[in-house]
Amino acid sequence: MLYQLEGSQAVARAIALCRPEVVCAYPITPQTHIVEGVGELVRNGQLKNCQYLNVESEMGAISVAIGSEAAGVRSYTATSSQGLLYMMEAVYNASGLELPIVMTLGNRAIGSPLNIWNDHTDAMSARDAGWLMMFAENNQEAADLHIQAFKIAETLKCPIMVCMDGFILTHAYEKVDLPEQEEVDEFLPPYKPAFSLDPESPCAIGAMVPTTEFMEVRYLAHLRQLEAKTVIERIGKEFGAKFKRNSGGLIRTYHTEGAETVIVAMGSVLGSIKDTVDDLNQTSGGNKYGVMSVVSYRPFPDEQIREALKNAKRVIVVEKAFALGRGGILSREIELALKGLDIEIITVVAGLGGRVITKTMLAEAFQQTKNKLIFLGLREDVIQQEYKTVLDERRA
Amino acid sequence: MFQIRIHGRGGQGVVTAAEMLSIAAFLEGKDAQAFPSFGSERMGAPVVAFCRISEKEIRSREPILNPDAVIIQDKTVIESARAFDGIVDNGFVLINSPADIETNLGNARVKCIGATEIALEQVGRPIPNAVLLGSFAALTGVIKIDSVIKAINTKFSGKIAEKNVKAAQVAYERTLGEV
Amino acid sequence: MSSLTMGNRFGQNTSVQSSSNRPNTLTSGHRACQGCGEGLAARCAIDAAYTAAKGKIAVVNATGCLEVVSCSFPDNSWNVPWIHSLFGNTAAVASGVAAAFKNKGQTDVRVIAQGGDGGTTDIGMGCLSGMFDRNDDVLYICYDNQAYMNTGVQRSSATPALARTATTMPNSQYNGSDPDTGKNVPDIAMAHGIPYVAVASVGNIHDLEHKVAKAINIRGAKYIQIHCPCPLGWGFPTAETIHIARLALKSGMYPLFEAENGVLVGSTPIEDRIPVEEYLRVQKRFAHLFGKNAAPENVGILQEIANRNIKKYRLGGMSDE
Repeated sequence: MLYQLEGSQAVARAIALCRPEVVCAYPITPQTHIVEGVGELVRNGQLKNCQYLNVESEMGAISVAIGSEAAGVRSYTATSSQGLLYMMEAVYNASGLELPIVMTLGNRAIGSPLNIWNDHTDAMSARDAGWLMMFAENNQEAADLHIQAFKIAETLKCPIMVCMDGFILTHAYEKVDLPEQEEVDEFLPPYKPAFSLDPESPCAIGAMVPTTEFMEVRYLAHLRQLEAKTVIERIGKEFGAKFKRNSGGLIRTYHTEGAETVIVAMGSVLGSIKDTVDDLNQTSGGNKYGVMSVVSYRPFPDEQIREALKNAKRVIVVEKAFALGRGGILSREIELALKGLDIEIITVVAGLGGRVITKTMLAEAFQQTKNKLIFLGLREDVIQQEYKTVLDERRA
Repeated sequence: MFQIRIHGRGGQGVVTAAEMLSIAAFLEGKDAQAFPSFGSERMGAPVVAFCRISEKEIRSREPILNPDAVIIQDKTVIESARAFDGIVDNGFVLINSPADIETNLGNARVKCIGATEIALEQVGRPIPNAVLLGSFAALTGVIKIDSVIKAINTKFSGKIAEKNVKAAQVAYERTLGEV
Repeated sequence: MSSLTMGNRFGQNTSVQSSSNRPNTLTSGHRACQGCGEGLAARCAIDAAYTAAKGKIAVVNATGCLEVVSCSFPDNSWNVPWIHSLFGNTAAVASGVAAAFKNKGQTDVRVIAQGGDGGTTDIGMGCLSGMFDRNDDVLYICYDNQAYMNTGVQRSSATPALARTATTMPNSQYNGSDPDTGKNVPDIAMAHGIPYVAVASVGNIHDLEHKVAKAINIRGAKYIQIHCPCPLGWGFPTAETIHIARLALKSGMYPLFEAENGVLVGSTPIEDRIPVEEYLRVQKRFAHLFGKNAAPENVGILQEIANRNIKKYRLGGMSDE
């Protein structure tokens, strides 16, 4: 059924449809509305049979979920930015313990400097922790991905982060089609843990693993990430067949057939990118530009990306994170996927700390040919001035 | 696509106005997007919210630089917020002001209405947002007053909803009569 | 085992530990040091809990000596459902376990969180306080050996005044852990107003078992702190763990008491009280107090602490110190 909802509320309702049994909440902008929304659904009885805990920190939040998932019940929490970092050792812990926790990451920049607005730096900090990570392009997909996420995570015994851009998606009102409870129940059966804390059948979870076995444990986790590509694709298709919507999966392409230049990105900026590309194609009267969305960031779908981009001459990666002193992060992974192909790769770093991204700025960046690394909308005058001060201080 | 930008101050329901606008459009079967400008929305600080209405899927999420309509909930932010920047030719301007204001906007279709006064009269609170939406419906015809009323009822309940609906209707009738 | 002394009339008051049917929830084969106070306390506590809960328990263990010695792949010494997550989040993980069993309607399953003093009083304090705040149905047991033993005897906020640790090594200017520092976690637990707080010791196993069994039957947040002498860390012969624990009790350095909802409801009076010096002299971690350059007032600081304990927790019965 169709609703006009704030993104966070759409996600809250999607979570409720998945019947989690333990939800823990710690506030941090911009995901707070999500956990508030779930809390309200528990209190007004719409989400039945669920324990809702107000915890003392993000470390508390993820830890409660670790405990409840280990005891065999479907568990959920949400965080952003600083909160993700605060819980980071537990993030690694959860994936190491093979607990299929679902967590929303309301993407937000990481300080210092303090900044509450959107970018993908927080997601990047967790990319090697062994979690699955998917990025929603709009609020419809944000809702859909959470429903798929529980199924994907529980199939693989691997925790999953559903990333949605803070404020841009979490706080935006949009039309969302939410399925009925029966439909979700058919798609997502009750959680059947492979192991759990059970007095009838005791087991020990979280042993120390010595030098003689640790590498093997890690390698098995690596294989799980690789296997995840198949599972994500399959569950995406299952979802599409049942709910008649193209959500999830590994990547999505838009007018990439015969496109000379393909823009690659993750998350909400894809909307503006598609509009820009349509405008550019219209004025140039052809199909010069295409767009490829990376939906599954972890596992990183190398083969699918290579297949989609192999005929392009130029790939422009628009990314909302940056490795200081190095360059783009997503760009390097795209580059690796396209290794050996004669394709020019350009990095456009955009939207850091919530910096506005306009179609005009994007169009200009897509059409320029001089630079391989652009910071969209960077205020050159400010940089010149500040850097001069730095140099002067050093000389003195 | 019809793009509306709403200016005001924190505590005046600027963001709620944009949300209600989007709900009204949604109820008429359109696609609508509403979002705030994401500043720290403390009471009294200038706030901007945006609403896009379209027959097709809305994909872009940039701030509205070229609004088809600007709603001013608090006339004291007009200058500092550069509230009229980028407005399209012949665009609509709806200002919360009992007296007419000189805008120097060429052929923009400007309407001033004492929305706070109507709100105080009808609702007992100086929150002009629902009132302005009623006037907006009459001024632009982009959404119907019935949709505005339904949208108000999704956001408010009980007596407050009833009174806001009444206030919106008063503004609608008045603006219809004057346009 | 029963005793034939006095015609076996003492049979009623035997401990779980002395029974040939004891559960051995922490069974043999773990790698604790000879004479480890924590290993002993854990076996006693979890066996008592298991018995009181009729076998329905789940245990959450912090990183530390106990976890490392008892569950290192491929070996596991625990006969009960057991999870180890991290160092500082044990109370929160236990809250999650309790929430899960509650939601499944399995309220007969009793959840126990356990860790050493480091993982409890320092890095675990945030999550512990959160669990207390929510009054989650968890029994948290702190095995207090008064330093970070697993990592090589570093000072924790449970380290007693003037004790030597690897990070509070005494020298000519410095006398060990600063007397003006430290945390009293049982007091902190009481300040949270939780249903049950108790202090126990391996020097009194009957009392320890009794407190654990009592806590198991209480709903809500519970905290039990158990004094666990560490032969290696404190510097005493491995056969004397229980003896050292009893010296602590008799000197007043480790008061045994119970509190309910923030109010002291009972304590174990000291019989045959001894001066603190008797307790300190037999531990190398206090050796610097007695060397030729040691200033005598140092021992007085610790005696003062003991005196205050005896007064505060009413360990002296009717007599005064």
